[in-house]
Amino acid sequence: MPVSEARAERLTLTLKSTMESVSKVEAAAEKLAREAGLDEDECFHVAMAAREAAVNAVLHGNEYDPTKLITASFENTGAALVITVADQGKSFDPDSLPDPLAPENLLRGAGRGIFLIRSYMDELRFRQLNPGIELTLVKRLPPAAENS
Amino acid sequence: MALTIASREVDGVVVLDLSGRITLGEGSVQLRDAVRGLISKGQKKILLNMGDVNYVDSSGLGELVSAYTSAKNQHGEVKLLSLTKKVHDLLQLTKLYTVFDIKDDEASAITSFK
Repeated sequence: MPVSEARAERLTLTLKSTMESVSKVEAAAEKLAREAGLDEDECFHVAMAAREAAVNAVLHGNEYDPTKLITASFENTGAALVITVADQGKSFDPDSLPDPLAPENLLRGAGRGIFLIRSYMDELRFRQLNPGIELTLVKRLPPAAENS
Repeated sequence: MALTIASREVDGVVVLDLSGRITLGEGSVQLRDAVRGLISKGQKKILLNMGDVNYVDSSGLGELVSAYTSAKNQHGEVKLLSLTKKVHDLLQLTKLYTVFDIKDDEASAITSFK
């Protein structure tokens, strides 16, 4: 399969703030990556990044609040895989997150999720909502002509 | 697949054979309970056999770090054995490779506790 075969449809999931939802986001991201023809490692990276974004939304954003939802979308634009995850909870300033690689933070029990997303994806954007925050994860695809 | 944990003792070292995922809501709590249970009983030499752990997320990494620090605070030690490639790469990425004593061979891992 050509790596960057464009797909027109965009899948959008609106989900409860539960761990089951995290698994659904992870599975949808992995399916998107596999259908785009990414290799095993890249599929793992995309799925894990989406999982971390969903955990962030369910746990830190909505704090498992049953009245709040998360919304996740998945799209292969042909040039990139674009995944968004939004919550309705308390927002945060991404610039204020401590560096998990700093020696004084290495033994912290938390604080690596956003770092992993940045490491595994090509781009990570934040958009403040009212309420909540939306993360956009982008994995660029190689041109189809070079892979078909 | 959730995490399963089997415990055995080799020359005074408790080896926890882990299998599955260490993630938020799946394996993190089981691992925490197992390690804290051992430490509370005075067991200070703990080897986590990670050979069948194919997935660790940020929460799982945090749990491994917590296990390490909990043991350290009681003058004990938690070491890791037989990392899969994915987990190895993750520990390198997060620099936790510099924190843990990581072994490839169980016999030398057991010996290293003495």
